[in-house]
Amino acid sequence: MASIDLQNITKIYRDAKRKRDLLAIDDVSLSVQPNEFLCLLGSSGCGKSTLLNMIAGFEKPTTGTVTVGGKPVGGPGADRGMVFQQANLMPWLPVWENVAFHLRLKGWRKADRRRAAQEYIDMVGLRGFENHYPAELSGGMSQRVGIARALLLNPQVILMDEPFAALDAQTKMDMQEELVAIWQKQRCTVVFVTHSVDEALVLGTRVAVMTSRPGRIRELIDLDLPRPRDITSPRFNDHKRHILNLIREEGMQQRQGVAA
Amino acid sequence: MTALTKSWERLAVPLFILAAWEVFSRSGVLPEALLPAPSVVLHTWADWIAGFDESSQANSGRWLADALSSALRVAAGYAIAAVSGVALGIAIGWWRWVERTVEPTIQMLRPVPPVSWIPLAIIWFGIANKPAIFLVFLGAFFPILMNTIHGVKTADRNLIRAASMMGATEQQLLRHVVFPAALPSIFAGLRIGIGAAWMLTVTAEMVAVKSGLGYVLWDSYYFLRYDLVLAAMASIGLLGFATDGAIKLLMSATLHWQHGSTLQSREG
Repeated sequence: MASIDLQNITKIYRDAKRKRDLLAIDDVSLSVQPNEFLCLLGSSGCGKSTLLNMIAGFEKPTTGTVTVGGKPVGGPGADRGMVFQQANLMPWLPVWENVAFHLRLKGWRKADRRRAAQEYIDMVGLRGFENHYPAELSGGMSQRVGIARALLLNPQVILMDEPFAALDAQTKMDMQEELVAIWQKQRCTVVFVTHSVDEALVLGTRVAVMTSRPGRIRELIDLDLPRPRDITSPRFNDHKRHILNLIREEGMQQRQGVAA
Repeated sequence: MTALTKSWERLAVPLFILAAWEVFSRSGVLPEALLPAPSVVLHTWADWIAGFDESSQANSGRWLADALSSALRVAAGYAIAAVSGVALGIAIGWWRWVERTVEPTIQMLRPVPPVSWIPLAIIWFGIANKPAIFLVFLGAFFPILMNTIHGVKTADRNLIRAASMMGATEQQLLRHVVFPAALPSIFAGLRIGIGAAWMLTVTAEMVAVKSGLGYVLWDSYYFLRYDLVLAAMASIGLLGFATDGAIKLLMSATLHWQHGSTLQSREG
């Protein structure tokens, strides 16, 4: 089981046009334990996706280290599964070939790839759509394919970048439920980026509330709510109120900062 | 819509033009030798193909050989252009250093009309197949190259990210993501290229080669056989139409995954 360690991460973007540096992430340290479901919660532009991209290996921190399972992250790789905001399926491949894309890269024979894909297609509830092309799928179905594709890597870490943000409310709820079920079954570590307080509270075992410009972790909240989470329960709403207050305070400080 | 009305739609305009032309030629406004009627052209053409009454003189019965020698030149030059254009286009689109080092030279050569290479082509390759193949290559190469570069450059960056997250090496990215993503553009280039290929075969045959449809066309002009000139023009048009149709078929078979997601997929 792999844990994720972020140590003293800062990220500075050079704004070449204005000859100014922008501090995007300021000294973030964070440990994610094996089998944890961590939600990174923050408004857009707070650097939560940047942090996720660092774990994925798409971006490098300016200072600080990122390790997954004790090994420093050198670049993207199949030891971590990633589910993107858009499903990012290869439009020229049918569903099962998309799910088994990793095996195609590894040179598996077609029949073996087909067989291996089926387990994950069934897991995300897409039986019967194996030979559909991405253009024929709805947004929710595309994301299911994206999740199945990440699961097939059998990764110890799954990174998710607002994967349900573009879905309608009903589909989103169904997908959240299924994701929790899959996570409980697969026993993997999940880092889930979202801007929705409700989503973070429905999914996470822990929520990291981030502040923006520069991005910092304002508070780490342990959630010991029973599953399935009841979004109408008093304890759920206590957490929600607390987080919303944090966000509101943050917004006020920012407005004052701008005014000063 | 029924198949019958559909084929009427396609045939109405060409049939009308042919009928008007026939009437005009027979009206005697122009001497008939200057604008032979379609029926005359068809008669000569038929003899050129089947050789029954030698109305096409020395060319009688030689159409297949003429068409074949033109088509083989097109095939050879086009094949070289397709392979090198796609390969170089992917390299230029993918690697910055290739773009920086190679592209300026290519962009300087591109505006030079292929026909202006004819003198050099004759000096280098003599009077035979080679200068024609060289010209066909030049004509088809640039559109294929430019469209391939465009296809690679507009490939969805997110698909590349997704594939590298699944452990793809650079070579695998090119083969499994960039190339298929560029295919719609590559086919656009291939279709423009085949038109250019026929144009340049015929041009080369008029100047530098002693066989093929273009040679018959130019030779007939010297002998004032405008019916043969028109038959040659029609032959080139039909062969060009057929080869483009073949590429279109190959395209819709290869890009079948676009069905239902693009405007193009509405037809047929």
